[in-house]
Amino acid sequence: MLEVNDVSKTFFAGTVNERVALDDVSLQLPSGDFVTVIGSNGAGKSTLLNIAAGKLLPETGRVIIGDRDVTKLADHQRAKYIGRVFQDPMAGSSPNMTIEENLAIAYERGRRRGFRIGVTNKKRELFAEELKSLELGLENRLKAKVGLLSGGQRQALSLLMATFSEPEVLMLDEHTAALDPQRAELVSRLTTEIVERHKLTTLMVTHNMEQALRLGNRLIMMHEGRILFDLNEERKSRMTVKGLLQEFENVKGETLNDDRAMLQ
Amino acid sequence: MYTAVELGLIYAIMALGVYLTFRILDFPDLTVDGSFTTGASVAAIMIVSGAPPLLSTIAAFVAGLLAGVITGLLHTKGKINGLLAGILTMIGLYSVNLRIMGGSANIPLLREDTLMTPLRENEWLGTWVSIAIFALIAIAVKLFLDWFLHTDMGLAMQATGDNQEMIRSFGVSTDRTKIVGLAISNGFVALCGALIAQYQGFSDISMGIGLILVGLASVIVGQAVFGSRVIFVSTLAVILGAVAYRVFITLALQIEWFDPSDVKLISAVLVILALILPQWKFFKRLPTFSTLKKTKTSAKARGSYVGS
Repeated sequence: MLEVNDVSKTFFAGTVNERVALDDVSLQLPSGDFVTVIGSNGAGKSTLLNIAAGKLLPETGRVIIGDRDVTKLADHQRAKYIGRVFQDPMAGSSPNMTIEENLAIAYERGRRRGFRIGVTNKKRELFAEELKSLELGLENRLKAKVGLLSGGQRQALSLLMATFSEPEVLMLDEHTAALDPQRAELVSRLTTEIVERHKLTTLMVTHNMEQALRLGNRLIMMHEGRILFDLNEERKSRMTVKGLLQEFENVKGETLNDDRAMLQ
Repeated sequence: MYTAVELGLIYAIMALGVYLTFRILDFPDLTVDGSFTTGASVAAIMIVSGAPPLLSTIAAFVAGLLAGVITGLLHTKGKINGLLAGILTMIGLYSVNLRIMGGSANIPLLREDTLMTPLRENEWLGTWVSIAIFALIAIAVKLFLDWFLHTDMGLAMQATGDNQEMIRSFGVSTDRTKIVGLAISNGFVALCGALIAQYQGFSDISMGIGLILVGLASVIVGQAVFGSRVIFVSTLAVILGAVAYRVFITLALQIEWFDPSDVKLISAVLVILALILPQWKFFKRLPTFSTLKKTKTSAKARGSYVGS
């Protein structure tokens, strides 16, 4: 379970470049929820994700995972509970280390790392088994350096690394945006499969409205640091890309009218 | 020439320390120049005061660990640029080293009982016996590093030098891995300093100056010639590089035109050549430089990607 309560964040506060990235945002993800977040550039999607993950600290508000208040914990301290996949396929794995070494690192998520050998034969079998589920043949290349893989393969590996230790929350930051359509499709499919298999509570940010509608059981649209609307499973299943755009215009229009009314 | 190989094998311990920071943590650590002398002075002052040589050498190792921790804290908690953090510790250590040696710039160990005494008494120095003994010590350090880098902690350290963002997202404090890495590295450097002081029979305040270049030369030349595909090969290449460097310097000094004081310039030129030559087309075609080419392509693969 992930809770973000009354979180605000302003960049460059007190300067001419001051920009409100999040304006008193609250969001609750019960266990097993798979929420997709859409919105235009600067809507605050990534800021929301980065605050939840601990990369940024909020000015006000709290972040709660399970029953723990993690607001003050640094990113690596709360990584115990959070699996992350980044937009850049290069970001989620270590290029000069082998596939099995990367998986061994991921396997020890959040645990105290001591002086036991990282890659044992027993773990190797487990890793091969997990890699098979990606259907990319990586189980035969355990000793290959990750830097030799293509972007799509690396992102699939990152997804596996982020999820197979079953974190309490999975955070996906436009993780298919930098891939070609075919690979993006593959990673989307793997995401659905993996989230279902491990029943992960998931927060996914995307630019792609079609993808946002297809994945997950709940959809959130953000705009200028606020949540514009929140579609539940039933409303989401009936929604179309066109409908989303329409809804966006409606809600935005209303706020514009409000502003005009205020000025008069 | 036997002496050159002996020295090379002892300095290999220092080079392995430099390998840990420079290659694994991707951190050019200049603390080395100071911590080497710290190791030598701690061992020398303890031996002169009558402590057992083995205990003195272990104490030197611990002193090196501490020096590394200081640089690590300056860099991580103090958020000081890595190069500058190393320089600051190195400069500070110069005064500390003088203090350790009781204010004198040189402590002779000639008539003291040191770890080298058995070798000297049996007239093993300068023969295959001592080369075998020093080789065993260097290989023991190498095997320790090989093992360490494959533990959970070691893998986290490797990833720290490779992709910090990623390893943090798996719950590792990169501050901690850096501090531990710098500590182990400088521990080995100080251990090497202690052994060199006992080997040459004195500890001197200036013995560490420019040492980082010797370490870098050993790592870079060693890996260019002997390869760096896996850690087991890399660390072996560093030892061979350290020996090759010593032999090279000895040969260069046999040219009459060079003075012993030219050693530092020769080392600097050697490092420059080892860094620049592999970029030239002619050398890229040589099989011995193939490993450098390999790391270059992987760097390319890191920079850009294509859907398979």
